[in-house]
Amino acid sequence: MKFGVLVFPGTWSHQDFAHVFQDVLKVDWDYVWHKDRSVAGYDCLILPGGFAHGDYLRCGAIARFSPVMDAVIQFAREGGPVMGSCNGFQILCEAGLLPGALLRNDSLQYRCRWVHIRTENTETPFTRGVRKGQVLKLPISHGEGRYHADPETIARLRANDQVIFRYSTPDGTITDEANPNGALESIAGICNEGRNVLGLMPHPERASEALLGSEDGRLLFESVLSTALRR
Amino acid sequence: MLEAQIHVTLKKSVLDPQGDTVKSALATLGFPAVQDCRVGKFLVLRLSERDHAKATSQVDEMCRRLLANPVIEDYVFQIREVPE
Repeated sequence: MKFGVLVFPGTWSHQDFAHVFQDVLKVDWDYVWHKDRSVAGYDCLILPGGFAHGDYLRCGAIARFSPVMDAVIQFAREGGPVMGSCNGFQILCEAGLLPGALLRNDSLQYRCRWVHIRTENTETPFTRGVRKGQVLKLPISHGEGRYHADPETIARLRANDQVIFRYSTPDGTITDEANPNGALESIAGICNEGRNVLGLMPHPERASEALLGSEDGRLLFESVLSTALRR
Repeated sequence: MLEAQIHVTLKKSVLDPQGDTVKSALATLGFPAVQDCRVGKFLVLRLSERDHAKATSQVDEMCRRLLANPVIEDYVFQIREVPE
């Protein structure tokens, strides 16, 4: 099992993922530069947070056309597990691998703090080790995390159980106060119809050690590792 | 030479907190007549293409594929002749 951590110019969370894979989970991994045209040899792809290509025009809009993205899209279509966190989520939406878009926070302010997210559905490679309804404590760090999609798309996400995480209180109640960016239906993370592509605004890689205040993020990586072992 | 002037704005159905904030700032300044404010982007492209119809179809494709995100944004553009 080898993780590929994508790096675009302006990506900033790739070293945090690398640290978790190298020092915490002790698994095989490597960086994938955005100009690479192949992702052969990787079993799981990670699109980290940051400001790929400066987030010029729109978050993720330019990154979506980086040379590596054709291979990422092919990998995803073949069922390979792909996770995008924060800017990675925005890129996956721009690339059409996930529906909807992420807009400026309703507060107009950058939000950098701990949030709680409730696990709405566990049927993805990244959440099989999480209990349905389990509340995870993870940090967010974004200015543009307000999930938006048209009503038909939202209805389809609901019908297919594609909403994976919602912002909640620590005890798992969905409230407006617990929603840090005004996301529609408190959506913090969704998956595609094939359930192998997950996007979420919080940073699991920054909450994978007790020293950092939470180990909940590690559950997502352990899930994908145990899914791979079962294959 | 042709120049394209492109306006990209959030769809009416999409909340624009930036526009709302500008609107309330204008009200504070003494302009209560402002009923609505939407903040968008303005792009100016200079094109080597000389054929108006071809330029129009190219700019439309640019808007659809990159300059606007159809999930959240609308676009309009004008193409005009400008000096070399």
